[in-house]
Amino acid sequence: MKLYEYMGKDLLAGFGITIPQGKVVCHPQEAASAFKEIGPAVIKTQVLTGKRGKAGGIAFVNNPREAQNEAGRLLGMTIGGFKVERLLVESKLQIDRELYLAIVLDGTLRYPVVLTSTRGGMDIEEVPPEFIVKYPVRPSLGLQPFMAREICRRLDLKADLAKEFSTVLLKLYRLFKERDAELVEINPLVLSKGRFIAADAKVTIDDDALFRQKDLVKVEERTDLEKKAHELGLAFVELDGDIAVMANGAGMAMATLDMIHYYGGRPANFLDAGGGAGVEQTAQALELLLATKPRVIMINIFGGITRCDDVANAFAKVKREKNINVPVVFRLVGTNEEAGRKILDDIGVSAYGTMRETAQKAVELAG
Amino acid sequence: MAIFIDENTRVMVQGITGNQGTFHTKQMLAYGTNIVAGVSPGKGGRMVEKIPVYDTVESAFLEHKPDAAILFVPAPFARDGVLETLSAGIKVIVVVTEGIPVHDAMDMIAMARLSGAIVVGPNTFGVISSGKCKLGIMPHQYYVQGPVGVVARSGTLSYEIVANLKEAGYGTSTAVGLGGDRVVGLSFTDVIRELEADSETELIVMVGEIGGTAEEEAAHYIKNNVKKPVIAYLAGKSAPPGKRMGHAGAIIERGQGTFQAKVQALESAGVRVAELPFEVSYLAKEFLD
Repeated sequence: MKLYEYMGKDLLAGFGITIPQGKVVCHPQEAASAFKEIGPAVIKTQVLTGKRGKAGGIAFVNNPREAQNEAGRLLGMTIGGFKVERLLVESKLQIDRELYLAIVLDGTLRYPVVLTSTRGGMDIEEVPPEFIVKYPVRPSLGLQPFMAREICRRLDLKADLAKEFSTVLLKLYRLFKERDAELVEINPLVLSKGRFIAADAKVTIDDDALFRQKDLVKVEERTDLEKKAHELGLAFVELDGDIAVMANGAGMAMATLDMIHYYGGRPANFLDAGGGAGVEQTAQALELLLATKPRVIMINIFGGITRCDDVANAFAKVKREKNINVPVVFRLVGTNEEAGRKILDDIGVSAYGTMRETAQKAVELAG
Repeated sequence: MAIFIDENTRVMVQGITGNQGTFHTKQMLAYGTNIVAGVSPGKGGRMVEKIPVYDTVESAFLEHKPDAAILFVPAPFARDGVLETLSAGIKVIVVVTEGIPVHDAMDMIAMARLSGAIVVGPNTFGVISSGKCKLGIMPHQYYVQGPVGVVARSGTLSYEIVANLKEAGYGTSTAVGLGGDRVVGLSFTDVIRELEADSETELIVMVGEIGGTAEEEAAHYIKNNVKKPVIAYLAGKSAPPGKRMGHAGAIIERGQGTFQAKVQALESAGVRVAELPFEVSYLAKEFLD
């Protein structure tokens, strides 16, 4: 789950990292009154996408009227598909230096990695690699003060500056670990009058850990259908075609989409019904697919932890209760295959044995 | 021979009294797996499929000396379960559980490294050495002994390919599921290294997908170290960037982990890349007949 900048900054502040004085506003008038509290300010759109600056989503203002006007303009914007609903009005900083500091999860190394550079303020991808320090942290040790000192040495930070930077880094690592973050990024980390201040914050929290991060406000960036699927515990992504797809297993679902493409069709979605989905969950997944009004539904089940009879029962249930008015192309093999096929036979539905036949048939029926 | 597990492996099932745990214990026994004990906190003293259940790993270990474990433990408790197993000295641990927080996964894998143990998964279908031992949830009727070693990120997709291979007359030596999560214990390279050394394996099949750089790294390793033929199939050719396709790792971000980059890396290492899953068995024919 990606957090808005202001939420990320609240987390940083909670771990003792300095952030600029600021206020979240939703109306132009609020921006004007925020200005009166804060003084010369920067107004930043709160959207879950980078490149706000380039899109004109950041404004510097010098009086309340300007603040109100600019806030009015920014609140009407759409950036990267996200409608701007909130702004962060923040005190303008004196910038002596700009650094980059992030902790990311490296899936290949299986370690958190500290990424930092004395060339902050710009897109990190544009910084030449020789100016970026990459320091993997063994999870069994965690980030220790000696590691922070080594990182400072590599950055060529000295004396008080090194001390101050190490403090920020150690606090940030604590946040990364304790709040189950996948990414924490401060860019720029501004040096202002001898102090480091987080002028921006990008934080992504591990979705699988939200059960123990209950105090975080939920941030939603899914479409309505994707939201509904998520509530049902399904992995669902909307695509722009007309063949609705249900498969079990993410790899299988992806391969199904690839095969539909290969035979000239266009999938309407990615739907992984999950490992071990029971009758009720599978029935809800089917209802979701029907709601997308596809031309054809293709079901591709290779039962492992998922049982074919459960899927067949779910289908029979939905068929009994709902009017299914689109062709459904079924493929059903694996665990409890015989029982599953029998259930389908009893309601007059036949299933294919191979993925290829099933995909070809689905594409043919979609016309 | 086989890799990681064989006919002598003594298996412990953690979370044996749960729905999935019980169902798959039955399945593993049916395949011939030598399950010696089960663990479920608070359920010690029971029997599941005639397997004695213990409250803790330590008590099960003292009695039965298992050397491999499979976990069907709910995600919030999986980290503790793995650490408990590592503490007992068990060296092969299969974590089937889905949805484990990634920091927990990093911790358990780091601790496994320190203990000289391997963690397969999380979010894996497990490991199966055909005809010898099944430590997982795969539909095992497709796994018959033969010369093909399989390593896959995805479960169902690899069942599909293994079923096609069987249909074409080729069995499997060992099949390993790496797991669908962003952070998993084994890499393609780890498993390919073992398969290259395994006398029973003549051909290696890897089933990958978009996202991450594990396939590219494996390509680099294969180029310099692997003499056996390798066939790959990769899912996600048609996936749009920025959309996470179910698996935490299956997302094209910042231009990394694209289908094209992976195919290119693999082909330049001499790996044959199948365009569709069923083509894997056609390619296998070229090497094995």
